Amino acid sequence: MGKLFFWVVLALVIVSGALFAPEEAHLAIHPMDQFVVKPLFGGEAIHWYTPTNATLWMALAVLSVFGLLVVGTRGRAIIPSRIQSVAELAYGFVYKMVEDVAGKDAVKFFPYIMTLFMFIVLANFLGLLPMSFATTSHIAVTAVMAALVFITVTVVGFVKNGAKFLGLFWVKSAPLPLRPVLAVIELISYFVRPVSHSIRLGGNIMAGHAVLKVFAGFAAALGMFSFLPVFAITAVYALEVLVAFIQAYVFTILTCVYLKDALHPSH
Amino acid sequence: MANTTHEAAGQAADAAGHAAAGHATEAAGMPQLEFSTFPNQIFWLLVTLVVIYFVLTRVALPRIASVLAERHGTITNDLAAAEELKLKALEAEEAYNKALADARAEAHKIIAEAKADIQADLDMAIEKADAEIAAKSAESEKRIAEIRAGAMESVTEVATDTAQEIVAALGQQADAKALADAVANRLKG
Repeated sequence: MGKLFFWVVLALVIVSGALFAPEEAHLAIHPMDQFVVKPLFGGEAIHWYTPTNATLWMALAVLSVFGLLVVGTRGRAIIPSRIQSVAELAYGFVYKMVEDVAGKDAVKFFPYIMTLFMFIVLANFLGLLPMSFATTSHIAVTAVMAALVFITVTVVGFVKNGAKFLGLFWVKSAPLPLRPVLAVIELISYFVRPVSHSIRLGGNIMAGHAVLKVFAGFAAALGMFSFLPVFAITAVYALEVLVAFIQAYVFTILTCVYLKDALHPSH
Repeated sequence: MANTTHEAAGQAADAAGHAAAGHATEAAGMPQLEFSTFPNQIFWLLVTLVVIYFVLTRVALPRIASVLAERHGTITNDLAAAEELKLKALEAEEAYNKALADARAEAHKIIAEAKADIQADLDMAIEKADAEIAAKSAESEKRIAEIRAGAMESVTEVATDTAQEIVAALGQQADAKALADAVANRLKG
């Protein structure tokens, strides 16, 4: 039954492709338009202080953090309300991650990591709203966060361990002749960290949103068979919801891993 | 069609060039690489992060931590109270069992006492009855012996009388004393 349905739909798509072959003008898909940074209140130039749509959605992320973690917990209930248990869940999730991955002494960095996690996860979810702007899809945003992590971790590493922090690059468990080679590789990988750290997040969010827009363009072009791309959009959207959380989680846990390297540089 | 006008507008924007890039409605390439927007995004991102950081450290995190600690304390207290109540329940059960055992022992004791009392009464009654029976039988024996003695006397008397009559009938005067001796002798037989 399902198979038959599948083939019927496929045939309809092919026929529709042949019959309603849209003129090229219909397939005007601009998947990257959604990422354009625009001034909020008109005007031309974007100065560093201009309130833009990025500003708006970052402010909404701040409001969401405030709503979830402050307004949501105002009851301070022993038996939590739904929203309070979500806030507690987020707290426990990140706290346990910091403690388990980076170690007990990393707990004093918990507020920083919680800040990053809450911003990324809420910006990701807000970006999934229709007509919204995904701040975390911008490499400028993710790169700054990755650079903050990189600088913090490096400074903490040297402050805590002094020159011993360089032991991170000197693999003692390897045979002596290999160590210089490994040191070069470790050094390169250390400096590549912020790049991969930022591009992983920005790229994932950007790609997902672009794919959604591309399917939306198909839906506009396919006429009566637009339900097929709409199904696809539904599926991709579900995937994007997952990605929104997972990328925030990955960014956070990598931050914890880097922090662990800084606090305990021995291999 | 809306699309074509949109397209035309886009082309117009493209034609206008990149002078006003950044707020063009249509992206030329990747807006992510529009470096002119970087200072703006970085500035607002830093503002955002600082605000979130202060909201978290000043209000949210201490509050959630205190709620979690309080809940942990409550749960621990409740568990301790439950443990205490359980101990109390065990104690109560023990006391109950003990009371039950005591009551049982008491009942046994009372039953044993009652039995002993009854036995004593019974023994006493039996003894009394035995004594009465013995007294009665002694009396009866005495009476029997009396009767027997009376009978023996009567027999002697009758025998003496009869012997006197028989002797008289034979025409002889018999000495009363001799007769009595003879009868006695005979009866001793």
